Amino acid sequence: MKVLVQEADFDPQALADAMTNMRVDAGALTTFTGFVRGGDGLKAMTLEHYPAMTQKALEKIAHEAMTRWPLLDVTVVHRYGRLQPGERIVFVATLSAHRKAAFEAAEFLMDWLKTKAPFWKLEEGADGEHWVDAKAADDDAAKRWE
Amino acid sequence: MAVDVLYFAWVRQRVGTGAESISLPTDVNSVSALITHLQSLSDGHEAGLHQPERIRVSVNQEFVALDHPVNDGDEVAFFPPVTGG
Repeated sequence: MKVLVQEADFDPQALADAMTNMRVDAGALTTFTGFVRGGDGLKAMTLEHYPAMTQKALEKIAHEAMTRWPLLDVTVVHRYGRLQPGERIVFVATLSAHRKAAFEAAEFLMDWLKTKAPFWKLEEGADGEHWVDAKAADDDAAKRWE
Repeated sequence: MAVDVLYFAWVRQRVGTGAESISLPTDVNSVSALITHLQSLSDGHEAGLHQPERIRVSVNQEFVALDHPVNDGDEVAFFPPVTGG
């Protein structure tokens, strides 16, 4: 299990390769990369987080995935700081013997990460700065795993 | 007793600081009592914390409900619902 909270960009392929390297028991790797979506005059987005809590919270979510599905490995990377549209922001990868567990666990990780990890997005747009509101749809998506 | 209080995102901006150490009367022993106490400290605290239903809370880096106890030395954080991912 690897959980990284960092300001720097990451290399999705290198992270994926590190999980599968030298293994013969894995049949399925699901990876998800989230990007800062542009549009509506968005200039940049700053991710604030709670350093003392973030690593702990993400490890808890990753550990939960490993107890719910027969996973061989999990990687979670989340960036913070100021990001431009088009930049990578988050990465999750799940490795399993079979695809169903890998697909489901990757969705679970993203759903819980959106509602249980202490990050806050500040958008800089044409009309100034504003904090992104939490979405009811994200809460609903997280609840289906309860 | 004393607690370390942290604020994030728009709660931090309204309160005007990201972290402070607060001495508490002994009867302030829950998160909700702490919110009431903090609201009395300044206009900024009042603006940041006046709608507890819009705030999420952690004690010692774990999400908690408003009735959670607060003890000497705890790290209590107040912030909006999270928006990562």
